[in-house]
Amino acid sequence: MADQYDVVIIGAGPGGYNAAIRAGQLGLKAAIIEGRETLGGTCLNVGCMPSKALLHASELFEAASGAEFKTLGIDVAPKLNLVQMMAQKAESVTALTKGVEFLMKKNKVTWIKGWGRIAGPGKVIVKSADGSEQTLETKNILIATGSEPASLPGVTVDNKRIVDSTGALDLPEVPKSLVVIGAGVIGLELGSVWRRLGAQVTVVEFLDRIVPGMDTEVAKAFEKVLTKQGMSFKLSTKVTGAKADAKSVSLTVEPVAGGPAETINADYVLVAIGRRPYTTGLGLETVGIETDKRGMIAQDHHKTAAPGVWVVGDVTSGPMLAHKAEDEAVAVIELIAGKAGHVNYGLIPGVIYTAPEVATVGKTEEELKAGGIAYKVGKFPFLANSRAKINHQTDGFVKVLADAKTDEILGVHMIGPNVGDMIAEYCVAMEFKAASEDVARTCHPHPTRSEALRQAAMSVEGWTMQA
Amino acid sequence: MADMKTPALGESVSEATVARWIKKPGDAVKKDEILVELETDKVSLEVASPADGVLEAINAAEGATVTPGTLLGSVTAGKAAAAAPPPAAVPAPTPAPAPAASVPAAPSAARVAAESNLELSAVAGSGKDGRVTKGDALAALEARSTMPAASAVASASRPTHEREERVKMTRLRQTIARRLKEAQNSAAMLTTFNEVDMTAVMALRNQYKDTFEKRHGVKLGFMSFFVKAVIAALQATPDVNAEIDGDTIVYKNHYDIGVAVGTEKGLVVPVVRDADAMNLAQIEKTIGDLGKRARAGQLGIDELQGGTFTITNGGIYGSLMSTPILNAPQSGILGMHAIKDRPIAINGKIEIRPMMYLALSYDHRVVDGAGAVTFLVKVKDAIEDPQRLLLDL
Repeated sequence: MADQYDVVIIGAGPGGYNAAIRAGQLGLKAAIIEGRETLGGTCLNVGCMPSKALLHASELFEAASGAEFKTLGIDVAPKLNLVQMMAQKAESVTALTKGVEFLMKKNKVTWIKGWGRIAGPGKVIVKSADGSEQTLETKNILIATGSEPASLPGVTVDNKRIVDSTGALDLPEVPKSLVVIGAGVIGLELGSVWRRLGAQVTVVEFLDRIVPGMDTEVAKAFEKVLTKQGMSFKLSTKVTGAKADAKSVSLTVEPVAGGPAETINADYVLVAIGRRPYTTGLGLETVGIETDKRGMIAQDHHKTAAPGVWVVGDVTSGPMLAHKAEDEAVAVIELIAGKAGHVNYGLIPGVIYTAPEVATVGKTEEELKAGGIAYKVGKFPFLANSRAKINHQTDGFVKVLADAKTDEILGVHMIGPNVGDMIAEYCVAMEFKAASEDVARTCHPHPTRSEALRQAAMSVEGWTMQA
Repeated sequence: MADMKTPALGESVSEATVARWIKKPGDAVKKDEILVELETDKVSLEVASPADGVLEAINAAEGATVTPGTLLGSVTAGKAAAAAPPPAAVPAPTPAPAPAASVPAAPSAARVAAESNLELSAVAGSGKDGRVTKGDALAALEARSTMPAASAVASASRPTHEREERVKMTRLRQTIARRLKEAQNSAAMLTTFNEVDMTAVMALRNQYKDTFEKRHGVKLGFMSFFVKAVIAALQATPDVNAEIDGDTIVYKNHYDIGVAVGTEKGLVVPVVRDADAMNLAQIEKTIGDLGKRARAGQLGIDELQGGTFTITNGGIYGSLMSTPILNAPQSGILGMHAIKDRPIAINGKIEIRPMMYLALSYDHRVVDGAGAVTFLVKVKDAIEDPQRLLLDL
């Protein structure tokens, strides 16, 4: 009999590799199965990280080529080197995936290359690229297989002219025109990248608003900012078909409410309508696990229906976010090790890494209204923040929602410079059930954009001082 | 493993404070050995070990507030081990109610507390690790405003100066404060006075005190005479032995007389039950026993509850006159005072007599002035002429 593992992790994305690290820290004998040539899953290879590399580079390119540098007194005529931009992205990604590899070694976790599938209780078969198979014996199996881009009927992704998020990270040229299907986080981030590099970007969205689920006031402000930047939106519009040839795509769309169809021609189309759980060939049937309509594996405190089989990340319920998977990974391994792992699902922040950024945590105003919870609102515009003003980055505002009676912070929604980093302050505060007054009475450094966060907290009880 | 839970604390007592742990975790303990002392509103309570063994864990630290059923600690049964068992043996712990004072409160809660003299250590925290949040502090403030508690008067915000010392009120002291204030706030309280010539009772006592003590094994004091006199007076004025319950008046046809006893920790009022059915010797014995145990902190909760009328004797400390506060929900309290030789006019002649002022504080909602005065005159008459008690006059 082969050596028995304490835990075998299938998938090396943020859920899988963080579980592996925690398992190593707690002295569990752990193996991680990954078929990709590199660790890190979607996030590191074709998700968060490469998109941020392009967002950063394209933001600077736009600043240099547009009005921003001129305003600052820097006259330059930048020239885009897309090959180099892609190369630096690839280099960073490689460094990061190597970093994860190092962390596996450091924590004595065995990486078994190949695709894993469950073969009954306590058994996982790994099939290598060369077709050979090995069977692992384990006390616990952790499914961390993540998700893949969801497809849209009538629009076949060929990753040449009709691309998914992976394809959109590696376009060989800057499109003259790009249609993004889906006004969610991924579509708006990647759409922003190519718009900054010169593409005419049109976003087609089925619903009547962008970033569904996010606080409506913030979403509206966000749409306004993006429109001002040159992105165009076709809301309440559905895509009924797409035809690609060697040079362009012809997309048919029609209003959701009914009406005449329309054809849009574009160099490229990005399908970004969401992601679906990835469980293909995972052998769930061998342990009696079924997936729901959306392909998700149900869980209760990370336990699946099968004893000894656990699940984290995009493949199960909750927001499909790397940091959510990471939190679950820690909790699930602690539970396996007999500790008290816990994830606070009410406090998983969400960030959109455009410029300005959008960041949100806790309940939206709509959710509070629906829940019948009495709340107070505090708001502060970045226009009134000295640092934002000095930097000419005044778009956006901070909104703080607090319980009308106890003053406990219930939700924070922001759009503005750097808010993706700054939201962490409110995450900590809310984890400690802080009142808005707690933030309002905490000294913040001047001059920083974080002062806007404090001023918004002051605004909850009506003593904003700088606006 | 045997759990030690907070025992039932008696009628109308819902919580206790852990006053002192006599044993430390890891100490060997014997069955029925006292391990921890609890302090309630009314008495101290001792909790004994449920088994021979080792005190495994303390779940409610000193100062923690516990309710009946709260886990205090646990004892591993078996011969006392030489060393404490390894910590690995501890089962998955149920989070004990964290002592609120051990984690800092939220800044906003601290502000609320500072502005309103709220004692945060007494507020149960709902935040992470039991931190007191602003919501907790506001809720405590609201609760306080609906209940005029003693803590409302307590000062907290001003700094402690040199040659001052700040001592946390014991639970007993807090309860005394709260109950006295409650009595003042709810009753229409006023006091009527009279004076009593102690000559006859003193003469009777002097005449029979040795015989009495020989026969009954207890000294004959004045207290038993006053208890008897009070019962006779209560029987004549039933309003004074009644209490208000909502919009009704409850008349009590039993005479359970509370006798205030000063102890080191504060005043307690144990009850002499069915005192009307007792003779003087039984009353003296009962009072003696209750007083001794009150000073030792050994009274049971049930011995402190259910009195229908109270007698307090400030005279033992030398008080000449006072206005006692009612022991709610009772409607009357008799204040006895020091006996002083004073010149008084008797049959047109000045005589020196041992005199005592009597005070009756009463709830004017139930007792009319006439009833109150009649009551006091009844007591006075019975003491001045004890034979009336014998003849039921």
